[in-house]
Amino acid sequence: MMSAFAIRPEKLKDNIAAALGSRFREINVALDEVTVVVAVSDYVEAMQLLRDAEGCRFEQLVDLCGVDYSSYGDVPNEGARYCVVSHLLSVSLNQRVRVKVFCADDDFPMVPSVAELWNSANWYEREAFDLFGIVFDGHNDLRRILTDYGFIGHPFRKDFPLSGHVEMRYDAEQKRVVYEPVSIEPREITPRIIREEKYGGLH
Amino acid sequence: MAEIKNYSLNFGPQHPAAHGVLRLVLELDGEVVQRADPHIGLLHRATEKLAEHKTYIQSLPYMDRLDYVSMMCNEHAYCLAIEKLLGLEVPERAQYIRVMFSEITRLLNHLMWLGSHGNDCGSSTILIYTFREREDLFDMYEAVSGARMHAAYFRPGGVYRDLPDSMPQYKVSKIKNAKALEAMNQNRQGSLLDFIDDFTRRFPSCVDEYETLLTDNRIWKQRTVGIGVVPPERALNLGMTGPMLRGSGIAWDLRKTQPYDVYDRVDFDVPVGKTGDCYDRYLVRVQEMRESNRIIKQCVDWLRANPGPVITDNHKIAPPARESMKANMEELIHHFKLFTEGFRVPEGEAYAAVEHPKGEFGIYIVSDGANKPYRLKIRAPGFAHLATLDEMARGHMIADAVAIIGTMDIVFGEIDR
Repeated sequence: MMSAFAIRPEKLKDNIAAALGSRFREINVALDEVTVVVAVSDYVEAMQLLRDAEGCRFEQLVDLCGVDYSSYGDVPNEGARYCVVSHLLSVSLNQRVRVKVFCADDDFPMVPSVAELWNSANWYEREAFDLFGIVFDGHNDLRRILTDYGFIGHPFRKDFPLSGHVEMRYDAEQKRVVYEPVSIEPREITPRIIREEKYGGLH
Repeated sequence: MAEIKNYSLNFGPQHPAAHGVLRLVLELDGEVVQRADPHIGLLHRATEKLAEHKTYIQSLPYMDRLDYVSMMCNEHAYCLAIEKLLGLEVPERAQYIRVMFSEITRLLNHLMWLGSHGNDCGSSTILIYTFREREDLFDMYEAVSGARMHAAYFRPGGVYRDLPDSMPQYKVSKIKNAKALEAMNQNRQGSLLDFIDDFTRRFPSCVDEYETLLTDNRIWKQRTVGIGVVPPERALNLGMTGPMLRGSGIAWDLRKTQPYDVYDRVDFDVPVGKTGDCYDRYLVRVQEMRESNRIIKQCVDWLRANPGPVITDNHKIAPPARESMKANMEELIHHFKLFTEGFRVPEGEAYAAVEHPKGEFGIYIVSDGANKPYRLKIRAPGFAHLATLDEMARGHMIADAVAIIGTMDIVFGEIDR
């Protein structure tokens, strides 16, 4: 199906490892996709090499998003909480790679910005800042992009409730829109559950 | 010396040419745009967070409502991502149906785009013309899923149901008498495939009509030639994909370079532009409509000749048929578990992208082994394109800013998500 790349994933993994040298923590191949995990200190250099080096040539940053790993697997997380995941695409060599960088500090997650390398990262970093609170150092215009103008909080964090903290309605007496604490109770339609490996027996 | 400040204009969220809810703050020097700052988020529905609280099949209808003019393509990317994580094989007939409906969706999108872009630039005729064809495409959606727009037809493992053997007929009413009815029902006498076949025969002449109206039109050329020029390297760096990238001369189409489903078996060409202005992108999209027509014709021919299953028979993922559910204990248990808990996806992460009519639409799923996704990220092509508005609109006039927004094919459902 989605596997007619110009290069085999194993070969791509070797090429990227060769180009990056020592500037990555781990690199693996799963489901025909190459994922590189880098440290914050190597992030900008590694991204620059991925964009410019011979076997890489990832001219396009296709996506950049934040992930909050605090309730991964429904157990409290021991590792870093926030991760910035970027997907890169090479149009000239027809290959893709995923780059993950974990933020060092859980209370003040900060990662250098790659908006100078790929201008498409501009809005994606604004979005990750808005929704997760990850600060991108070196970004020239880091402000909110999707939430309301006076919104407080970072909605996609796992500790932010689905119905939020405030709701708004039009007040006929004050003749304006007012914000009030949320009146609906949180409800669970289908519980989230992780079953064990051989659930159901026979298989 | 008097200080001259730029005039700040709010191209507000409510505007017929703002393509949804776009608050565009323009800083103008007279009529020339000095800086354009799009404020988005007015349609933000937190789809990604909602998806974390819903099972995979419960959030499928959310995907329809992202880019609400090309519904099935969004579902397609979602289903491909889930199937990648599951390692699931999709039956061949389902793949052909998906490709056919993806191309029907491409037609829907490009017709909508052409109509609204033309309308913004002044031709309201083209809007009426393109919506006439969209009516037939909506009827195809309705025949196969019950809903004209948001079909929820593609499922992980295939498609929900096979194509119907008959098309709904027009009935006599106060505004339609029996004689007119006969003409209107003429192409609905056979199955859905006959209806689609008849459409593919009619459609090239419809595209010829649109081209007669716009392609050599002096006014259209003055509005679009030389406007919003993007050089190829800038287009790549700015994250443009789809017709925006192909209009600048880069031959990149995921259907050819990273094919999915049966795109490697259908025969079609990919139009590529030269100068990267709005006119080239217009020509690219019109030609894409003709190519989509070719693909649909080939799929119809294959589907006529090859019956078969349309969804995987792995009942841990896809629900069993109702007759076997009522007769068989195992199928009953599968049905019960699927509709109460939903299917589980093994731990891992996957990114799947399709050649959406607007560009590269990707879905990135992080799963920790539960019945709900841990993180679902939607990579919308319009998000990256709208970010380039500042660079593209500088130095142009307000009316050109309207043309540029139109050529980017902006739909707020996918930008704000």
